[in-house]
Amino acid sequence: MELPQRLTVPGRFEYLAQIAEFVTQAARTAGLSDDDVFHVEMAVDEACSNIIEHAYRYQPGEIDLACSAPEPGCLDITIRDRGEPFDPGAIPQPPLGHLTDPDDLNEGGLGLYFMRKLMDDVRFEFEPGRGNLLYMSKRRRA
Amino acid sequence: MKVETRQLKSVSIVKVSGRVDSLTAPDLEKALQDMLTADRTQLVVDLQETEYMSSAGLRVLVSALKAAKKSGGNVRLAQPSVRVKEVFDLAGLTPVFDIHPDVIEAVGAY
Repeated sequence: MELPQRLTVPGRFEYLAQIAEFVTQAARTAGLSDDDVFHVEMAVDEACSNIIEHAYRYQPGEIDLACSAPEPGCLDITIRDRGEPFDPGAIPQPPLGHLTDPDDLNEGGLGLYFMRKLMDDVRFEFEPGRGNLLYMSKRRRA
Repeated sequence: MKVETRQLKSVSIVKVSGRVDSLTAPDLEKALQDMLTADRTQLVVDLQETEYMSSAGLRVLVSALKAAKKSGGNVRLAQPSVRVKEVFDLAGLTPVFDIHPDVIEAVGAY
């Protein structure tokens, strides 16, 4: 497989395993380590779950993924949806380290925390008429 | 994902295989809730064959832990893989759960 690669799937949880397969292959092709590949898989899984729950609110819609390797050992991922605007600032941070109440694991918050923790760069954009664009990148650890 | 349950005296063992993500987490939630509503609150979740767990799976386990503890029980975790353990560490959940190296030890801890 060569990069860039694209995948478009319906925004439904049934497609999360296929998305995971797609990004892990792309991450391996980009030359990332096994640990990095896992981090990419998890960040993308959380991102797409959030899109299905919060941007599409379980209504039909597509998720477009594109992976490219600007240089060896580096993977850029863009994920586009056409759902409701996503404002990461509106999602409260989960109170990590002293989680005892499941209500503290507010929907979306923990997934967003994982994405930021696991990836080197995470950026959100909303373009009216075009939807949400999420850009994430991962670099191989030296 | 596959969920299999078995009883060992007063302890219920819930073996989870495969991927726990937003698609499959509700099935795990139902299995755990069925146990708790049947008053089986001494639970061991066997994670040996759990390949992946997302935040959706964590939410289910924390929710079950809270319910079990309310009834004097617990949700002990057994043999998570390095990957799954990393997810608990990342979320700060490792100190919240009793995590055991294998099922036998987890059962024995009750």
